[in-house]
Amino acid sequence: MSALWTRLEPLLLRVQKPARYVGGEDGMASPQHAPGKVAWLIVYPDTYEIGLPNQGIQILAEILNERDDAVAERSYTPWPDMAAQLRTAGIPLFSIETHRAADEFDVVGFNLATELIYTNVLETLDLAGIPIHAAQRDDDHPVVVVGGHASYNPEPMADFVDVFALGDGEELVGDITEVVSQWKASGKPKGSRRQLLRELAKVQGCYVPSLYDVTYDGDDIISIEPNAPEAPDLVQKRTVADLADWPYPKNQLVPLTEVVHDRLNVEIFRGCTRGCRFCQAGMITRPVRERPAEQVRTMIGEGLARTGYGEVALTSLSTADFSGIEQVVQGIVDDPATCGQTSISLPSLRVDTFTVGLAAKVANARRSGLTFAPEAGTWRMRQIINKLVLDEDLYGAVESAYSQGWPRMKLYFLTGLPSEMDEDTLGIYELAQNCVELGRKYNKKASVTVSLGGFVPKAHTPFQWFGQNSAQELGRKIGLLRDASRRNNRVNLKWHDPKASTIDGLVSRGDRRLGRVVERVWRSGGVFQEWGEYFDYDLWVQSCEAEGISIEHVVTRHRHEDEVLPWQHIHAGLHADFLWQDWQDALDGHGIPDCRWTPCYDCGACTEYGVEHIVASPVPPAGGSQGTGQDTSPDVLVPVVVPDLGATT
Amino acid sequence: MTGNSILRIRYSKLGKIRFTSHRDVARIWERTLRRVGIPVVFSEGFSPRPRLGFGLALPTGYESAGEYLDIIASPSSEGDGMFDGVGYASGRRFDVDQLPDLLSRALPEGIDVQAVEVLTTRGESLQEQVVRCGWAFEIAGLDPHLARERVKEVLDLLSLPTTREHKGAVRTDDLRPAITRLVVVGPGDWGTWLEADLSAKPRVVRPSELVQVLAPDGELVHARRTHQWKEQAGAHQEPISCDATLAPHAMVRVL
Repeated sequence: MSALWTRLEPLLLRVQKPARYVGGEDGMASPQHAPGKVAWLIVYPDTYEIGLPNQGIQILAEILNERDDAVAERSYTPWPDMAAQLRTAGIPLFSIETHRAADEFDVVGFNLATELIYTNVLETLDLAGIPIHAAQRDDDHPVVVVGGHASYNPEPMADFVDVFALGDGEELVGDITEVVSQWKASGKPKGSRRQLLRELAKVQGCYVPSLYDVTYDGDDIISIEPNAPEAPDLVQKRTVADLADWPYPKNQLVPLTEVVHDRLNVEIFRGCTRGCRFCQAGMITRPVRERPAEQVRTMIGEGLARTGYGEVALTSLSTADFSGIEQVVQGIVDDPATCGQTSISLPSLRVDTFTVGLAAKVANARRSGLTFAPEAGTWRMRQIINKLVLDEDLYGAVESAYSQGWPRMKLYFLTGLPSEMDEDTLGIYELAQNCVELGRKYNKKASVTVSLGGFVPKAHTPFQWFGQNSAQELGRKIGLLRDASRRNNRVNLKWHDPKASTIDGLVSRGDRRLGRVVERVWRSGGVFQEWGEYFDYDLWVQSCEAEGISIEHVVTRHRHEDEVLPWQHIHAGLHADFLWQDWQDALDGHGIPDCRWTPCYDCGACTEYGVEHIVASPVPPAGGSQGTGQDTSPDVLVPVVVPDLGATT
Repeated sequence: MTGNSILRIRYSKLGKIRFTSHRDVARIWERTLRRVGIPVVFSEGFSPRPRLGFGLALPTGYESAGEYLDIIASPSSEGDGMFDGVGYASGRRFDVDQLPDLLSRALPEGIDVQAVEVLTTRGESLQEQVVRCGWAFEIAGLDPHLARERVKEVLDLLSLPTTREHKGAVRTDDLRPAITRLVVVGPGDWGTWLEADLSAKPRVVRPSELVQVLAPDGELVHARRTHQWKEQAGAHQEPISCDATLAPHAMVRVL
């Protein structure tokens, strides 16, 4: 046990949920530090309960610990009560496994899955005793690396990060380790940090922001140019070709205390080509790479036996699209070893009857609620966002679910979408109301919960040029739906704070100058901003004013085809002209097919990197029309028998 | 349900794992029993739950050398007192003698099974049976000499009214009858170690309440439950009998 543990122990009786800080998970590595090894501290900048289940961190930590030249530990952002205790006691941020001080590591890596947690990165660096500005770090400080989906617009965090790691990390962490290892072996001569960063810039997937100069004209960007020969004009992401080569995590961590997604998680495929235009994940993680079904079965069987979990989640961006998903699910249900007691969680399901059939297989006893995400209220709107769910698909799915005993449906929608009119917004209520009516045929207590989010146009999507609705406009649209649903107690409306959507847009869409706002918010005490109890809209607005940043310019303004976007030099594989064309097609209401089953339209994600789809089934799944525009034909057999499909039969 | 056995287990909770909550420990047990394949009986109804009976909750951050758990399990139909493994342990059979070792190996570091006893009748639940707990605890900022004086003063009192907040209401009750033993053990790393026997009926009195009395400016830095007692014919007994199957390493009680 390291020196820090004995100093931490007395503090833990004074804070909420002390189990956040003790580690001890089943499956935890026993890291053996050595002078010749590159030591990584991988941080999820949120609480332990949110961060522990993060699969990316677990995968990368395992891969690093299997290497001879690396060792990896984990950390999470201490809750404000613990942060205060640490500062008073003069104890730095520490690793969870061996309670080692953060500054004893060579690399501190953050996973940024969302943007509102940016101020937590500064908080965590500060607790670690690492200067928050990259420019102030010297040869003795750890290298600060950031990965995750939010790094596709790295600019708002550019001042604080040494290296962004873009794309799949499985191979990239090894490449970074090798460069850092050489630097360590060289004895880190004085002033060599910039040379190290230049070496890292040569690695595909690494973006070193200090090697780029940005010039501005007022609020606009004129250019983003490399200032070192090693830095490429366009930074390419990394993509692993085949998930079968990466059966991680092999030892999923089982925490001692309760966390979110507290279950076995098995990633069944990565990437999605449904082509939903609002979905950043679906754009930046292409192509589709399915894990072989046999490997999925092995990972489930071994995982359940090892962990003792009673629940397994089959994760992906659209789980019902996995080739042979029914067989995999049936296999778990029928496995005598799990005694039929294992519950199966299928996140991110399509809106169709096939999905309900699948859900019926897994819900053996308790049928409480089912969740669908039609995303928009009218077919016109859904064509624009390319979420090609017909009204009939939704009604068929919902009726099938009600008829099989589910009493409640939860429907996810976005509002503030491009060209959305009030009739599209109100179409959300109409859909929900019709769903309730269908349900009342089977259950007097049938109800629908509508969950409404404000749309934030993200980088590297066809909607990146779209000016986000203001908080006021989003509030007005929510108000329309509140008025419409007020007298119907079968339709429950829940909505996301429109002000949080504005700030989400601000930190997602800003340029390098936004770092000053992030810093000011943090210095004013703004941490854990994605937590409702800590989110402080006024603080963000005041900080923007103080730093001369126009929220209108960053968030709500429509952008031009020829303007330099803050993320122009970052490449997710998607050709700029593909994205622009898809944006024009969207405005014309043209859909785009799912290219895993139809000919390639060359978005760039495969051709740029010499990779391709790995999909076991040559034909799309039957049972609905979503995204394929072709599998509604009558000669496609619906493999799951569901009674009375209503409109879809 | 007839024919089920009750496995009463005594286990420890020591070291880092003391920072987990009572609910956390319940979840750890559920996963462990599933991994080992103990044939736990499930409740009937809409959402079946494993039938486990936990004893008095241990506050988060406290250690214990004597926690208890009742597991309702179905014994082998062969009537030989063995248990048939379920799930991934299908085909395996367990003897009660093997359980301390099997369970301890599957439990996280810091939780060790010390003894297992098969009860033939359920009787009262652990929470009902236990009337008193033994505690060892360290108060930081309290000098051992001063501690001895304060302990003598407290024990000489006939009543010790204390106020505490319970569900938003301020309540006053007499702490003195709850204390049947209170001694100073000696100096510790941070202050003074003490031992106490405190009643668990009608409510569980915790060592933290004694800190208020003995050293209002002091801080509880360690607390460990050493025993739980039930009362039988006026005598204190542990909720597990002395001929329970002891884990070999449990012969030395961790104190």
